[in-house]
Amino acid sequence: MSKTKLIGIAVGVAALFGTIGVAQADEPYIPLISKGFQHQFWQAVKAGAEQSAKENKVRITFEGPETEAMVDKQVDMLSAALAKKPQALGIAALDSKAEIPLLKRAQNSKIPVIAFDSGVDSDIPLTTCATDNLAAAALAADKMADLIGNAGDVGVIVHDQTSRTGIDRRDGFLNEMKAKHPNIKIVSVQYGGGDHLKSAEIAKAMIQANPNIKGIFGANEGSAEGAAIGVKESGKKLVLIGYDSGKEQKEDITSGLMAGAITQNPVGIGKCVVESAVKALKGEKLPKKVDTGFYWYDKSNMNDPKIAAVLYD
Amino acid sequence: MTLQSDMAAPADERRTTSLRARIFAPTALQKMLAFTSLILLLIFFSFASPAFMQMDNILGILQATAVNGVLAIASTFVIITGGIDLSVGTLMTFTAVICGVFLTYWHLPMWVGIVAAIATGALCGTVSGTLTAKMKIPPFIATLGMMLLLKGLSLVVSVDKPIYFTDTENFYMISQDSLIGYFLPSVPIPNAVLILFVLAIVSSIALNRTALGRYTFALGSNEEAVRLSGVNVDRWKICIYGVGGAICGIAGLLMASRLNSAQPALGQGYELEAIAAVVIGGTSLSGGAGTILGTIIGAFIMSVLTNGLRIMSVAQEWQIVVTGLIIILAVYADILRRKKS
Repeated sequence: MSKTKLIGIAVGVAALFGTIGVAQADEPYIPLISKGFQHQFWQAVKAGAEQSAKENKVRITFEGPETEAMVDKQVDMLSAALAKKPQALGIAALDSKAEIPLLKRAQNSKIPVIAFDSGVDSDIPLTTCATDNLAAAALAADKMADLIGNAGDVGVIVHDQTSRTGIDRRDGFLNEMKAKHPNIKIVSVQYGGGDHLKSAEIAKAMIQANPNIKGIFGANEGSAEGAAIGVKESGKKLVLIGYDSGKEQKEDITSGLMAGAITQNPVGIGKCVVESAVKALKGEKLPKKVDTGFYWYDKSNMNDPKIAAVLYD
Repeated sequence: MTLQSDMAAPADERRTTSLRARIFAPTALQKMLAFTSLILLLIFFSFASPAFMQMDNILGILQATAVNGVLAIASTFVIITGGIDLSVGTLMTFTAVICGVFLTYWHLPMWVGIVAAIATGALCGTVSGTLTAKMKIPPFIATLGMMLLLKGLSLVVSVDKPIYFTDTENFYMISQDSLIGYFLPSVPIPNAVLILFVLAIVSSIALNRTALGRYTFALGSNEEAVRLSGVNVDRWKICIYGVGGAICGIAGLLMASRLNSAQPALGQGYELEAIAAVVIGGTSLSGGAGTILGTIIGAFIMSVLTNGLRIMSVAQEWQIVVTGLIIILAVYADILRRKKS
């Protein structure tokens, strides 16, 4: 019936996109398996990786599951990437223990593995390009303490409770408060899945439940931007601190709705992965870890070229 | 009118009509369409990339189909009754977490964990069935509630952390080892796939040769008629949701064994993939018609498509677009078929 015809058309369409990838097969191929792809942060990592790929004349692909909970989907992506017999591999593991069997396979086939964004609990990756999230969140805590006068109620909105970045940013923030700012009370830690709308509702509920709340920390792009929407809708004046960048977050900082935010260096992470992979292919020795850095930014330094370079829309 | 004829085809006519009539029966035709599509996809991707038809990649596709295939079988039962189960994904996760609690927290033997996962699945399925049958909550809403409830419970029970099975040495073997590989070392098909196929055969027999199967089709065709003929409709409905739940328990074990951990945040969204596989396989969302074989083919179409597009390095955004197109086309083909019959 017509279904086969229609499927034929669909597959033909797919072929069209496919040929773009197949055409240049002689350059070294390095697939990057990420934790996501549609967030601005990952797009910035991708942009950095593509930039470096062009400079080094290698071909990359960039893929990641839709949510950071989908460990099995990432395993499937990794498996398909290895089937393409790549020259090197970049991986931001969602759960490194689950992915070790496949990474071992890469190691056995002499494919250099570069970890990015978060480490892998094994010695397979030659190096790891990542932000020190614990230290970055601790910096957010110090800034929060400064801005609210070192005392009062603070709420935290985190993207999730199982991912490494979620845990590290939450704990980095909470531990710093406990250790250095004992007069600040964390009244609530909530999880919004990095979803703008959910995080906005959480922020509103937090403000409703804690009328004396003086500050909120949003631990990733979605949490921070969502919190900003919630704060705006509730009309409450408080100190909001975000994480990462993105168009909305930058605008919120310019308008004063958000006091400032921590930015990682996603473009730098992307570049670091591809550069490390290329170095590995040349047989160069790599350091065990590359700290790609983080910065505090607010209205005063947003246009500083050093900061502007790591922010993204 | 379609309800009546669809119901009759698989249940009764099958034994009396000729082979020819059986092959060209509406459901059989749909199945063949799906099967032809699958073959075409396989041929297309083999030409598109030399990396596709490699043993490693085939094993990767098989492994990637196992969990969705098992969830789709669970969904097939419920969808044939005219219901829907949105909780299959998070129920899978919950059973994996319960298994983790039994094995890793309480250090019980492996078989206890396996039984616990399947029993938990059956119990939760029974609850969904009771909500639908006894309390008359529409299945969409009842199982939506269960989906969220179980998602939350998985996080509560696991205290938001993945539970690793590193203490249970042989646990990974359920999914990752290959029994077939011991006999035929050149085709190390993972156990997860073996389990999928065995489950498919058992489910197919249950659906076509047992009272449970007959009532599954009958409920989807005309529930009122079944009730009026003196059958305890509620009991059978609860039973079918329970069977679906138990199958989700198997999916939970496969997932946990594959990742060697119970990932508590996983599962939401997987119900839609399972439903897509069921529908592509020719099972009608209005109930009364469907086959397990179709569902399995549907699950393979989904995973072959995903894998093939990946192997061709198609941009991820477009992979999603193409998958969406295929689902729409499959359902449209189903509608065309209905018009003709």
